[in-house]
Parts: sequence; structure tokens; C-alpha cells
Amino acid sequence: MDKIVCACGNVNPAGTELCESCGRPLTEETKEKKIVDMRYEGSARRSQTYNKTIIDKVWNFFSSVKVGMWIIVAILIAAAIGTILPQVFYVPATNETDIAAYYQRVYGGFGTLYYKLGLSDLYSSWWFQVLVGMLGISLVIASLDRVIPLYKSLKKQKTKRHLSFLKRQRIFGMGKSDVTEESLLKTEEKLKELKYNIKREGNAILAERGRFSRWGPYVNHLGLIIFLFGVMLRALPGFYVDETMWLREGETLYVPETDGYFLESKEFIYETYSKEESKEVYGDAIDRVGTIAKNYQTDVSLYKGPEDSVAGHTEDLKFEKEASIQVNKPIKFDNFSVFQMDFRLDELATMTFQLQDKETQQSFGEFTIDLADPQPFYELDEGYKVEVMDYYADFTGFEEGVPQSQSPLPNNPAFLIKMYSPEFPKGETSFVMIKETVEPLGVNQHKIAFQSVETRDVSGLTVRKDLTLPLLALGGLIFMIGVAQGSYWNHRRIWIQLSEDGQTVVAAHTNKNWLSVKRDLDKVTEVAHLPKYLDQQDIDSLEEKVDKEEGV
Amino acid sequence: MDMASLSSTLLFIAFVAYLVATFLFGGAVKSSNAESTKSFDRWGKLAITVTIIGFIANLGYFITRWIAAGHAPVSNLFEFTAAFGMMIVGAFILIYFIYKAPALGLFALPIALLIIAYASMFPKEITPLIPALKSYWLTIHVITAAMGEAILAISAVAGFIYLLKNIDLTKRSKERFWIEAVMYVLVLVVGFVVASLSFYLVNYNAEYNYISKDETQHTIVYTMPALFGMNESEAITDGAFEPLVEMPPLVNAKKLTTVVWSVLFGTVIYVLLRLILRKRISTVLQPLTKKSNSQLMDEIGYRSVLIGFPVFTLGALIFAMIWAHEAWSRFWGWDPKEVWALITFLFYAVFLHLRLSKGWEGKKSAWIALIGFIIIMFNLIAVNLILAGLHSYA
Repeated sequence: MDKIVCACGNVNPAGTELCESCGRPLTEETKEKKIVDMRYEGSARRSQTYNKTIIDKVWNFFSSVKVGMWIIVAILIAAAIGTILPQVFYVPATNETDIAAYYQRVYGGFGTLYYKLGLSDLYSSWWFQVLVGMLGISLVIASLDRVIPLYKSLKKQKTKRHLSFLKRQRIFGMGKSDVTEESLLKTEEKLKELKYNIKREGNAILAERGRFSRWGPYVNHLGLIIFLFGVMLRALPGFYVDETMWLREGETLYVPETDGYFLESKEFIYETYSKEESKEVYGDAIDRVGTIAKNYQTDVSLYKGPEDSVAGHTEDLKFEKEASIQVNKPIKFDNFSVFQMDFRLDELATMTFQLQDKETQQSFGEFTIDLADPQPFYELDEGYKVEVMDYYADFTGFEEGVPQSQSPLPNNPAFLIKMYSPEFPKGETSFVMIKETVEPLGVNQHKIAFQSVETRDVSGLTVRKDLTLPLLALGGLIFMIGVAQGSYWNHRRIWIQLSEDGQTVVAAHTNKNWLSVKRDLDKVTEVAHLPKYLDQQDIDSLEEKVDKEEGV
Repeated sequence: MDMASLSSTLLFIAFVAYLVATFLFGGAVKSSNAESTKSFDRWGKLAITVTIIGFIANLGYFITRWIAAGHAPVSNLFEFTAAFGMMIVGAFILIYFIYKAPALGLFALPIALLIIAYASMFPKEITPLIPALKSYWLTIHVITAAMGEAILAISAVAGFIYLLKNIDLTKRSKERFWIEAVMYVLVLVVGFVVASLSFYLVNYNAEYNYISKDETQHTIVYTMPALFGMNESEAITDGAFEPLVEMPPLVNAKKLTTVVWSVLFGTVIYVLLRLILRKRISTVLQPLTKKSNSQLMDEIGYRSVLIGFPVFTLGALIFAMIWAHEAWSRFWGWDPKEVWALITFLFYAVFLHLRLSKGWEGKKSAWIALIGFIIIMFNLIAVNLILAGLHSYA
């Protein structure tokens, strides 16, 4: 396409609507408008100029604000739908069948439908991510399409603008008033006082302030792009770790994914507010609600093993530091943070039993089973011995005569035990549960009598590494700078020109906040006797003016 | 007087001051012929002075409660909602000093009053902080987010005035229907307050046993006659109202009962108002907007979004993410409250972009501002009360 040569001599790129230099409308369409569209200074945007190749078409699609808005609206609606029922990661089930069953059980038919449609894991669905990706592309293309021509146009603008440009500004005034060189100087002075940058060319003044606010939108879009890029990086190995670990009091465990770090739990602390110890003003709330949690805390020691140490090998550990992990206060080391997320109180740790004679209850010795590490044999008094043949940590009952355990957690321990005594050197078999004993192979003479338990608390910890955080923070910061730049400042321009026939022309434009530019202009008008201006878009005032003129 | 009761007294003073100021702004609106008339000056100055006195008392409430509680009073539904009401007044004062539009006060103050009244219907006692809330980010995040939302709310008020002025209420139209619907919803909030207060004054209380969705038995105290019963509910209190309908375990029948009572009370009030006034409420209020300049209202609507949007983003997204990373180990977890903050952000982003295109000024923009406020209120009320999530403390 050809370049457009304006009457003033400036050569504009094809597609320009307003001459970059003098502002004359260049297309028939623009000439017909009463107020010109000043959005991008009437500059030639690629998307408005070319539409031939596939690349043009893709470019034009993504550069459209309208398309961008539809993408945002689609994301917005999808996001809202995702909040109707809890997402899978908030559901207390881990495998597909349990999850499906959960939605069915709790939310009925609607729940099943929600799950089947994939809405229960909407935010990680491919189509949601495609939408976010499209938004990213739109951000890049829409910004590039605008920012470059806008920059060129603002750089090239001349102080003296053609009347046809000024007349088509929203704020415009023209009249024969006795504006002299002196009053022009006064105008300049006043505008300088109002923090405008002044350019003068013969009898024309261009006062401009806050041009940098025009870059705000592009700066904030850049911030968003960096942020989205950071989020994408998390998919790469090494950038992101999200693991959980259950750590029992007294236990030392390898911290998953770390370079040989180990954590030992010294104690888990759970505190609630008591009326006696806390502030008096909390009394009513404690009475009404009952128990209010005050603190979840795991006191730990951090150790570092040798470089090549593996999970389970707790030898040669070097002590690093002690810490109290609380909610809101994770322990941090080597790019990792470990958070207090969950807990189980009073998990069974050991159980102590006696081997007794059923009739006389005479004891033949006591033994203690460590539930995390049950031994096969426990030697008792002379000639007495107990063999733990099988251990069911979370016993749920018998299925076809076979004992079942639903998890490795010692929630309901049961043991298949053989009791050896001088009378029964081949042993008597007993199935020992909490509060109950079954004798599967006939009546025994001896029994296992429960004595005591020891319990301990378990801390649920989350292990996290996220190397994308600095990038996300940078994106967020740039976004905030850009959005503040574009929102709290605005680009105002005031043109004042004396024409040869003695007319004075005033026009003003701002990208936002019209009241302020009018106020500025009012102040200038006062000192310099400029002609009255009109806001050509303020219908109320225009009507009022017409009313007055007609004497109504 | 101890801090806690001083704090309640100050809130009450603020409430009364806002009420008085509303009427004074009414006077200012009626008498303002041109911006410079003396009568306008007198009424307008008086109105804004009373508003500021109220706001100072309101700040006094906030500070004394902070001292009494030992943490920023934004930790439960009452505290947050009341703070939001206060900040709407603060945002209004800010915008008033830029634009000097008395009509804005006439409509912003009643909204703030309604929100504070609504807040006061929730348990008001000072609660100690649960572990998740024990962080200075509570103060920073919540206050900034509420400030952003309050400034955005002013945009809706300006939009509302714009619409009320510019919709032709003499002819049947969609616009006329919807603006009246907005009035009806506002009356429903009044209905909630009146219903809560009435049952509170007659000291209504009834306890029920019920079976929750995890199949365990709980007790629940109704403060309004149970229209809907919880799953397999049984009255404990003698002579308690027998629920009309029993709900499945998924539905919180107590909350449903409250909603239905509010709608009933609100509807009765609305019908009474219509019978007494013999006009639509919007028709009654319309004359109060006659002297407002449409262009100015449109600009206030846009400007308050421009001012509020960055504050909201900072508070409700950026600070939120920083805190979420410290407390919950991830900066983003698709919790309903988070998602709805994102939705609010996206919605106002759309608003700002649409302003760039032709034809999205005036009425359309005003409607969008109103919808934005509805989204904010949804996030404030519904997400806490209906959608389950990490943020539902109340």
C-alpha cells in the first residue's frame, strides 16, 4: 500500500487517519466525524491496514480488543462455574473411583454431571489453559499493534496543528478575542505553573503533560505477560516442587526432593484459646463457638546428610538448625520451604501386653510392640515366648475369614499371635484386637492381656520449592507500576493558536479525566482572555446552553 | 467505659451521623440550582461536615476495636463488612472532594448505612485469631482489598445516579424494569435487617438436632422460626416451630430460612412502600437526580474505577498471593474467594477496555458498574455463606 502524503508535506504510513504531523484528517471517513477518534492518535496500526495473508488474519484476530474481551469473559464465566462445587483437590478422596463416588454421594445427580463434564477439575482442563494461553497471545499482539505507531505518532506531532484537527477535538473553542503576544506569554506561564511542558511555534502553543501515562497499559500488559510466563515455567522440571510428608514425633525423615535434608520432629503442639489465659474480650466468642484453635506447631531439627545420602539412611547427619514450624511461619532452607499444613493427634505409637493364664490371670511377662516396627518374636519369662505372625494396622474386619487392613496407619491395630509356653511348645494361636480376642484354632489356656498404650502426634507438612516466584513477583511489580501509571496520571494536551485572520483557537484532549483538563483550561482562560470552549460531548450542558440562548 | 463498649458506641454515633448526612445531602440536591448558589453551599457544606464527623467516629470505632482485640478488626464477617461500609464512606469523601457532587452522597451514604446495618446482624463479639489468620498480612491484605472494593463501589453509585436520571420511567422498558429491580434488592437488604431485628427483639431462639452430610449428629440454634428444617431435624426446645419443609443434608436450612424470611419481610416492605407512594420507587427517587450532570456522573463512574482498580488488584490479588504463599504454601489455589477476586479483577479489566471503544460510555458503562458492585457483594456475602472454602470463617 502507498504512503499518504498530507497537505502539510508529511509522509504518513499507509492506513494513517490523522496526519502524524499536523493532524489533518486523511480519510473520507475521518473527515465526516464531528469529533475525531483520538485513541491511538489516528495512527496506522498494522491490524487496520493489512488483511491478506494468514499471518495478517491471525494478527488482526488477536490484536482486536473485542476478541480480547471475549476471551476474558470466557475465562471469567469458566472460573465462576468452577466455584459451584468444590474442585477435586479440595475433595477428601484420592483415586478416580472415590472422587466420582464422592460427587455422587454428596451432590447427587448434579454432582455426577459436574464430575463427568470435567468441571470438577476445570482449572487444569486443556480448554481452560488454551483460553489463558490465548489471552497471553492477545496481550502481546494487541499491545505491539498499538504501542509502536502510538509512540511514533506522539513523537512526530507538531506544535502547530491544522484547524480541521482542532475543530474535531472534544473540547474546542474559537473566537475573536484580543489575544496578544503578551497574553500568550501569560498563558505559557500559567500552563507551566500547572506543570505542562510547553512548545511554541510562531503563534501556536502546545501544552502537554503526563505523556508517560500513555505507556501505562503497555507496561502493565508486559507485567502480565511476564507473570503468565512465570506460571508456565512451573511445568518445567526443577522449577517447582510440591510434596507432602507425615512426620511423627521422635521420627527423622528425609525431606522429599531435597538435596539430602532431613527433618526430625521433636514435638507437635496444638493449643486452643482458654477463657482463663486469653484476653477477657474473647470470652463471649469462646462461650459461643466453643473451641477456637490458637496454634499448630511442629518443633523440628533440620539435618543435612552427605551429598549422596538417600531416604531411610539417617547416619552421618549434620545438624543445621532448630525451628518451630507454625502456620504462617514455614521453615526455609536452600530454596525450600516446609509448611505446617495438617496434623493427627494421638496416633498409637506402642502397645504393651501381658501374657496371662486365662483362669488365674497370672502373668508370664510383659512385652511392648512398637507399631512402626513390630518384631517377629518377643521373649518373656523362662519358657514363654510370643510370636507376632501378622500385623494389621488399620483392621476393618474379616473377609472370607481373612483379616483386612484398609491402610498402613495404626488406627485400629490387630495382631495374629502365637503364644508359646512350657505346656504348649507348639504354640496357641490368638487374634488380638483392641478390646477383643478371637481364638481361631480352638480354645486356649493363655491369653494376651492389653496393658497400656503410648501415643504420639503426627504433623502433616508440605514441602515446597518454587523458583518461578522471583519472576512472578517481577511480573506483579511491573503490572502494578503500569496500572498505576495509566490510572493515576493522564495525558493532557492543550492547543492554543492565533490564526492569521485574528481568530483564537483553543482545543484540548486528554485520554481520561476530562474534568481536570477543563479545570486547567478554565484557569488559563481566566488569565489570558481566551475564547470560551465547549465540551462537544456534554449533552446536558449543551442543552442547558441552548435553553438559555433560546430564553427558556 | 472499656474499649470494646466505647467502640460500639462510636459505631452507633457514626451510623446516626451518616443517616443525618443523607438527609442533608437530600437538601443540597434539591436546592442546588447551579453549583454556586448559596443555599447549595450551605446544605452541601453541612452535609459533608456531618459525614466527616461520622467518618471520624467510624475510624474511632475501628481503632478502639483494634486496641481491644489486639488485631485489626477485619477477622470475621461482622468486622469485615462493617469496615467495608466505613471505607465506602471514606471513598465517597475522597471522590466528593474531587467532584463536589452532592447527589453522590445522597446515594452512597444509604448504601454504606445498609452495609453497616447488614454487618451488625452477624455475631459481633471480638474473636481471637485462628492460626491461619495470625499474620500481619491479615491487616495489609484485607484493608487494602476492602479499600479497593469501596472505591469501586462508588462507581456503581455514580452509575446508579446516571441511570436513574437518564432512564425514561414513563415508558415500559427493560431498563425501567431492571432499575426498579435494583431498588427491590436494596429493600430486601432492609428486609433482612428488619427480620433479624424483629426476631431478636422478641428473643426468638429454637434449638434442633440434625444429621449432617457426614452422617453425624449436630445441634443448631435458629434465631428465626424454622421455615426449613435441617436434615432429619428434631426440636430440642419446647414448643419450637415445626419446620414446614425438611432439607437434604447438602442445604443449610438455617441460612435458607434466613434468606426466605428476609425476602418475605423485604417484599412486604416493598409492597407497602408502593401502596403508600403509589409510584415506583425509582420514580420517587428520580427527581433527586435531575440536577446531576450526566457527563460528570459518567466521569465519576469511570474515574472511581480507575482509582479503585489498582488498589483492589494490589490488595485482593497481589497481597493475597504473597500471604497465601506464606500461610497455605501456594500463592494461588483456586479457592472460591480467590477465584471471585480474580473474576472481579477480570470484570473491571473488561470495563476499562470497553471504555476505550465507542458507545460504551453512559448507560452501558453505568450498567456494567452496577454489575461490578453485584459481583463484589457476591464475593463478600455469597462466597462466605454459600460456597465452601478456606475463606468461610463466619
